[in-house]
Amino acid sequence: MNSVIPFLPLMVGAFAAILLRGWLRNTVMLIAPIVGAINLMGLEHGVFWSLEFMGYTLEPVRVDKLSMMFGYLFHLASLIAIIYALHVKDTVQHVAGLAYAASAVGAVFAGDLLTLFIFWELLALTSVFLVWARRTDRAYSAGFRYLIFQVLSGVLLLAGLLILAQVNNSLLFNQISLQHEGIAQIGAWLIFFAFGIKCAFPFMHTWLTDAYPESTPSGTIFLASFTTKVAVYAFARGFPGEEILVWIGVTMACFPIFFAVIENDLRRVLAYSLINQIGFMIVGIGIGTAIALNGAVAHAFNDVIFKGLLMMTMGAVLHMTGKINGSELGGLYKSMPKTTILCIVGAASISAFPLFSGFVSKSMIMAAAVAEGYDVVWLALLFAAAGVFHHAGIKIPFFAFFAHDSGIRTTEPPVNMLIAMTLAAIACVVLGSFPAQTVYALLPWEHDYQPYDVTHVLTQLQLLFFSALAFVWLNLRNMYPPELPSTNLDVDWLYRKLVPSFAIKVASTSYNAYEKMENSAINAIKRMSQKSYDAESDKPKGYFAKLWPIETMVVWVAVLLSSYLVLYYILS
Amino acid sequence: MSEQHEPDGFFDKPENIKKMMRIFYVACGLLVVADFIVHRHIYHDWEKIPAFYAIYGFVGCVVLVVIAKEMRKFLMRGEDYYDE
Repeated sequence: MNSVIPFLPLMVGAFAAILLRGWLRNTVMLIAPIVGAINLMGLEHGVFWSLEFMGYTLEPVRVDKLSMMFGYLFHLASLIAIIYALHVKDTVQHVAGLAYAASAVGAVFAGDLLTLFIFWELLALTSVFLVWARRTDRAYSAGFRYLIFQVLSGVLLLAGLLILAQVNNSLLFNQISLQHEGIAQIGAWLIFFAFGIKCAFPFMHTWLTDAYPESTPSGTIFLASFTTKVAVYAFARGFPGEEILVWIGVTMACFPIFFAVIENDLRRVLAYSLINQIGFMIVGIGIGTAIALNGAVAHAFNDVIFKGLLMMTMGAVLHMTGKINGSELGGLYKSMPKTTILCIVGAASISAFPLFSGFVSKSMIMAAAVAEGYDVVWLALLFAAAGVFHHAGIKIPFFAFFAHDSGIRTTEPPVNMLIAMTLAAIACVVLGSFPAQTVYALLPWEHDYQPYDVTHVLTQLQLLFFSALAFVWLNLRNMYPPELPSTNLDVDWLYRKLVPSFAIKVASTSYNAYEKMENSAINAIKRMSQKSYDAESDKPKGYFAKLWPIETMVVWVAVLLSSYLVLYYILS
Repeated sequence: MSEQHEPDGFFDKPENIKKMMRIFYVACGLLVVADFIVHRHIYHDWEKIPAFYAIYGFVGCVVLVVIAKEMRKFLMRGEDYYDE
């Protein structure tokens, strides 16, 4: 076939965006993902490009069903995000966005760990500009924290791959697994944590909730689509069926929903719910059966679209009103009815309402958990599923568009934003209503699954309606926590408050101690010189200092000669 | 901007909200009733509890909100906490 390297169209688009301006740039940016997707169709499974490097075989482009699925997903996501960002007059965002998407595509087609590492770092370096593009002090420092985490992940990956290359004598990226002997075990764990950081594992998740909400309205759409999904892909290829992932995934699915309920910044609510959704995927990968793995990647596919849609609607609100805190918004349905409806479609999809995209993928993971006897996990995921509806499905649209009228009157966002959101919304409904022809057709593992039967639909509707009933009941009883202007402490408190204040204390005490020592030394020297010098008569106090220099000399010569004499007498 | 008269939004009228809520309650009721009529597959023992999903969803969300509210007591700080 006449295909080129998969990430090339997007990367060329990024370089073209540097040079071109106006409608010409817009056209090239729109064409890039479309050409890229058509290019994918022509790719045949197998190694597309391999080479020798320092005695190792590298496969910079390897094609199989798993990489193809993510390849298509990233092209679709970048097309939607580009349309959403068309009105933005900012070269940095356009170039960074396209280059970032290209890096993600490059990463999922990487057949060896070294190529993966290169794209892993490119993901970090290109995406941080999307955070900085907000050009606020907060975004600037959040971007730096983000970059440190991402680079740390890259360093761990590099260290791990060097160890594994030494032990296995191969750099190819296949299943890694955590069961090794000796030093290879360390290498595997290093790579595991490298993936884990990018996947926003608990305690390593704060780069995400910190930086994503500080990005620009359109930058966040790119950010939410790629980094974490590349990590999910990497886990699906490298560590399928590792049981520890089940427990990590359950934690990720459950703890963020508590933070999401009390968070005020609505895009940060979505960032927490992003972690929660990744939790479902990680559970699926940890279970490791065909249906579970299919569910995990299908959910990644759907999540990019519906989370993108929700982020886009909140971006539209931020773009039009300049506000994003739940405490300052409300009643926007009057002036932004289309955005409201699009947001509700996204909310229905993430909550997994039947006929919307979340339903067809989340249910696969749940079914797999029950089938494999993970009872507690299944119950926890059920709780998380109800919680998602609560914070993402109800809270987001309710506090932005309904609740009390904030008095803000605005208009619908620019037409390109509306088109992008509408595309995503249509995709959510199509994916949810016709899964067999769309997302299921792309699934890498062989397994038949039928999401629509009476049991699934009924139980899911019961779960969701009664979660909504809980929301209504809590609100009527005034028990629902109001949106308050606030910051909620998370793990980032450790390195944003505790460590800095501790470091400042240590630094200031050690500096004080040094200063004290220096002063006492100077004082001691001063005292010594004062003791030996008579300031009143301007003469030194010591015996020899009172003599003439020649007299002192005579004394010392006498001492020298007599000791010479004594030595001569003893030694002879 | 001059004072403009804008028509009341759909959700500004209490009777509309009341109507919607009534539909919602009826839907909830019907879902519970359906639980006894429709034969649903049981994959897990707990699913044998009548209206298990409805109870779990409701209780789960109330517990979620109550715990989250308690979390505010020791996690919540001022908006500019990190900027100070």
